Amino acid sequence: MAGKDWPLWEVFIRSKVGLNHKHVGSIHAADAEMAVENARDVYTRRSEGISIWVVESSQVFASDPADADALFEPADSKIYRHPTFYEVPDGVGHM
Amino acid sequence: MKNNLFTYTLRIADDSLILGQRLSAWCGHGPIIEEDIALTNIALDLIGQATSLLEYAALTEGKGRTADDLAFLRFENQYFNTQLVEQQNGDFAVTIVRQWIFDTFRLPFYEALQRSSDKQLAAIAEKSLKETKYHWKHSSEWIIRMGDGTEESNKRVTDALNLLWKFSDELFYMDDVDAQLISEGIAIDLETLRPAFNERIAFVLREATLQQPDSKWKLSGGRQGRHTEHLGHLLAEMQYMQRAYPNMEW
Repeated sequence: MAGKDWPLWEVFIRSKVGLNHKHVGSIHAADAEMAVENARDVYTRRSEGISIWVVESSQVFASDPADADALFEPADSKIYRHPTFYEVPDGVGHM
Repeated sequence: MKNNLFTYTLRIADDSLILGQRLSAWCGHGPIIEEDIALTNIALDLIGQATSLLEYAALTEGKGRTADDLAFLRFENQYFNTQLVEQQNGDFAVTIVRQWIFDTFRLPFYEALQRSSDKQLAAIAEKSLKETKYHWKHSSEWIIRMGDGTEESNKRVTDALNLLWKFSDELFYMDDVDAQLISEGIAIDLETLRPAFNERIAFVLREATLQQPDSKWKLSGGRQGRHTEHLGHLLAEMQYMQRAYPNMEW
């Protein structure tokens, strides 16, 4: 039953405390309506979520791990990227 | 003197208890993991309702019995569930059709029971209504998908409907127990729920491209403790541990 008739969906849930949906796992379902129901049954068993997003896994485009060093080189060592040389005058407040 | 409130509460409780027991048998046997969890979640909801209702029933009886005594130590003719909920699980279609007919009744029933003059029943109804809304949505979505699905799913859900429809009328059974409690504003006049029930049934069947069975055969008796051959087997399994090891605890 699972497979091409019941594609895989990624599930994101926003809990009562929080502004963002977190990825919690995946489920199989035949369509979007069932995907939301299955996600609710499988992933909100014990703690309440207040919002569920489901996305077909095939719609998620992910970065290639092999490109990690090119994409994610931390910029801490590149001082020219950080605006740390300005002195904020008093009275300007928080910028 | 008859304790009508006790009988009335038991009727509601036993529906939840027996149906919860039936659904729990799907644990580990669901067609797919997501449905295994869905059905057992519904079973837990129903058993939770049965717990609250049986605790209240024990209180109204006032003879020192506990909810556990009522759940596990009665005999078949002392259970007042409808015959619908004791029917066997069959295949997935039969289980879903049984659930759907039940949920389509329970939804307007709990909505109305929230306004009962009995505060405890009203509170239980309010809490259970949220769960029932979800149960109904889940079973209706499946009826639609099976009916408007493949040739095989359509045949299975049609067979299930033809099998179980004869048990649907008993959900609306009322007698002098209800009459007395209705006059006190405690119980619901079930006839007032028929329009909502019929409308929702017709709507889902239409979406599912299914026909309402036209058999007029109606079975009843459960509300008075007369059951089909299935309840005995169900209770034998459900009650075995308590009867073999009285007062045992996990």
